Amino acid sequence: MSRQYVIRRLLIAIPSLLGISLVLFTILALAPGDPFEELATNPAVPPEVRAALRAKFGLDDPVWTRYIHWLFAMMQGDWGFSFVSRMDVDTLILQRLPVTLMVIGSSQIIAILVALPVGVLAATRPYSVFDQVANTFAFIGFSLPTFFTGLLFILVFSIQLDWLPFVYRANISATGWQFYWEHIRQAIMPVMVLGLFQGASLVRFVRSSVLDVIKLDYVTTARSKGIGERKVVTKHVVRNALIPVVTLVALQMPIVFGGAIVTEQIFRIPGIGSLLISSMLANDTPVVMAVTFVFACLVVLFNLIADILYGWLDPRIAFR
Amino acid sequence: MNERDLRGLISKVKAGKMSRRGFVQRMAAVGIAAPFATQLLVHSGVAMAQSKDTYKPTKAGGGGPLKVLWWQGPTLLNPHFAVGTKDQDGSRLFYEPLAAWDAEGNLKAKLAAEIPSRENGGLSADGKSVTWKLKQNVKWHDGKPFTADDCIFNWQYAKDPATASVTIGSYQDVIVEKVDQYTIVVKFAKPTPFWADAYVGTRGMLIPKHLFAEYIGAKSRDAPTNLKPVGTGPYMFKDFKPGDMVQGVINPNYHQPNRPYFDSIEMKGGGDAISAARAVLQTGEFDFAWNMQVEDEILTRLEKGGKGRVQVTPGGNIEHMQLNTTDPWTEVDGERSSIKTKHPTLSDPAVRQAIALIIDNKSIEQHIYGRTGPATRDFLNNPPRFRSKDNAIDFNVDKANDILEKAGWVKGSDGIRAKDGKKLKFVYQTSINQPRQKTQAIIKQSAQKAGMDMELKSVTASVFFSSDVANPDTYTKFYCDLQMYTTTMSQPDPQVFMNQFTSWEVSTKDNKWQGRNITRWRNEEYDKIFRASENELDPIKRTAMFVKMNDMAVQNGAVLGIVQRPTVSALAGKLNANISGWDNNTSDLSDWFKDA
Repeated sequence: MSRQYVIRRLLIAIPSLLGISLVLFTILALAPGDPFEELATNPAVPPEVRAALRAKFGLDDPVWTRYIHWLFAMMQGDWGFSFVSRMDVDTLILQRLPVTLMVIGSSQIIAILVALPVGVLAATRPYSVFDQVANTFAFIGFSLPTFFTGLLFILVFSIQLDWLPFVYRANISATGWQFYWEHIRQAIMPVMVLGLFQGASLVRFVRSSVLDVIKLDYVTTARSKGIGERKVVTKHVVRNALIPVVTLVALQMPIVFGGAIVTEQIFRIPGIGSLLISSMLANDTPVVMAVTFVFACLVVLFNLIADILYGWLDPRIAFR
Repeated sequence: MNERDLRGLISKVKAGKMSRRGFVQRMAAVGIAAPFATQLLVHSGVAMAQSKDTYKPTKAGGGGPLKVLWWQGPTLLNPHFAVGTKDQDGSRLFYEPLAAWDAEGNLKAKLAAEIPSRENGGLSADGKSVTWKLKQNVKWHDGKPFTADDCIFNWQYAKDPATASVTIGSYQDVIVEKVDQYTIVVKFAKPTPFWADAYVGTRGMLIPKHLFAEYIGAKSRDAPTNLKPVGTGPYMFKDFKPGDMVQGVINPNYHQPNRPYFDSIEMKGGGDAISAARAVLQTGEFDFAWNMQVEDEILTRLEKGGKGRVQVTPGGNIEHMQLNTTDPWTEVDGERSSIKTKHPTLSDPAVRQAIALIIDNKSIEQHIYGRTGPATRDFLNNPPRFRSKDNAIDFNVDKANDILEKAGWVKGSDGIRAKDGKKLKFVYQTSINQPRQKTQAIIKQSAQKAGMDMELKSVTASVFFSSDVANPDTYTKFYCDLQMYTTTMSQPDPQVFMNQFTSWEVSTKDNKWQGRNITRWRNEEYDKIFRASENELDPIKRTAMFVKMNDMAVQNGAVLGIVQRPTVSALAGKLNANISGWDNNTSDLSDWFKDA
């Protein structure tokens, strides 16, 4: 039954991805700008060169033919060709993806490591001093946008204290421990910025969902059986309380990718977010199209994962 | 001192009756600056004194890594495809031209054995050919020898329209012939005073024939070497991630002795200009940062940390104001600003004169640009030999009022001057960029005092500078009265630069607004002088022609200089880097070093 459900969901995803790609493509095609605009202001380059380049990359065709071309190429696994770098878009993205996954992955781990204990502790002692303090910080945490905390961190830890570098370098030439240490040092700030932002909102979710569960009858029963408080919380409360949290983490993944775009730009992390920004500035439409499409796929995929996880964790939910 | 006196003195120097220094002093006495005086000597066939070699290291290598920051990283590394300066700068780590331009606008030999001149027979008397002697024993990074065949190949590669190279303009109209293994001749159809275009500077970087020969024309984009350069330069390719990082290691077989100083180079891209300045000037994480488009006030504050310094290198780029000669508000045959119309108010010379008087260049320099924008009224400012002495900045609102009053423009009840029912109301556009908006505000304010109303318009840079034919807000359409932006001068010769006021370059619907004459100002005499300058072989006469052209455009109020835009870089305290405003930032990379 559940396999049928997954297949059906995957089939539904196809038209929605098609729709998304059509909208993205049209918007990009209608947006002003020209990938060869730098040539236009350079007197040494005759206008014919620009015209030839436009013709070569099919920029003069009508929007719908360009879309069909793109679609058919995409189906054959051809992601397109970057105007600006004159190389295949998939190579560009694959080059950048590991760094983004590393940063986002570690920031998610930080977020969960912070949010779980804090949220559970706060919920088991509601309205205590700890709860109040945790709540206050959580509010501050998710009210401050990442570009602000990023700049703040740079100002404090790089410029005032001179502890951490603020330019992220993917190729570090050191070896052995030095290599790992350098990597950790440069990753601390961006990972913390993203992780704490995510963690702050997670704390609130964990707390409220634990609060919901902790008052249920079966928890009282467990307590009256004489099971230790620690065991009650870990075995009976947290397990059940985490079901909605897990879905939430999955659903939030696309937002995390979005937040990473800005953070990558600030710390010069060579991930797909900074690729997106530089491609937009250079009007490199094939790359912008591919990266946004990757984001769209991620949203659809994580939605699917969230739904499946939910059913798997909570057998009461039926797939239909 | 007139032309004849000058020639007399120069011939004395040539004959050895007068020393170079004596000549320069005589010139200084009559108010001609030293660089200009030495230029006069060069162009009259007296060898240029070698610019002082400041390179100190006595062996190659040993300098550790050189870390440079380009806030827009190179996205490709084939110089023939290099769309922007960032790509050229990146390619220059590995590729070299025959000769490079130094900061003063003189040629410095790279892959050439010597700079062609009349004396060494490199330049023909009729100005129709240049003979380049190549340096021998130069090897590509893969060990193959560099020869005349490579030069010939680069010409064939670049001039083929199917290759779609951005260097085509420099190669398509010349013919290159091989004389022997280490000599080539570049031939021109007409006498060409500016011969140092192909094979020189930003457009002269040479790629190896043995790796690109199969990828000429339409197949050019498939060449694997596009992404893994193999050149002759001081550093050998190690790794490249477009937009993020270019890495190179020292070339142990580099053709210049004791160079380069650094063991490896790392060019990091991304981020923004201010934080790049911080990384060099404040935290010292990097040794060099490119193109510091940061307000001078901030740069000065960052410099106080003492970790680095800002280096300003003059070039030809100019932030200028254009005055429309046509009517942007009437549509004729499907286009506004058509040359069939005349501007209703700006066509009056008095109005143009008044606008020149209300631009407060000095304040704009002082309060907005600082060191990064010296005030000027001229359009053609550099190299210094081409700079006119006649256009002083005259900021005088009273005088502007006077001129307008005399010409019959009378203030109405709203304080705006009018004549025959036509009001002095202008739309003044530029791209969105903070210093530009501040400049607009300063000019609008003084315009108001002179009874002129300026409506300020700012357009997103990606629209303003695009070549989108459908968009009415591009700078080439110029659908408003006044506009302001920076135009670049990429070579120390003003020929291409000054075609911006010739009548055949007018930007119109017919040429899809790709003409270079945006102001649409036309003048028969200007056209005639320009045509003559294209083939004038006497450097002194030719220089005088360019000065005259600048004066005509500025004095007729087609264009008004606002500030020069020199190259601004941030350097770590101990780094010595020669930057030229006429070539890539990395053009002299082999000679960069750090003080011990």
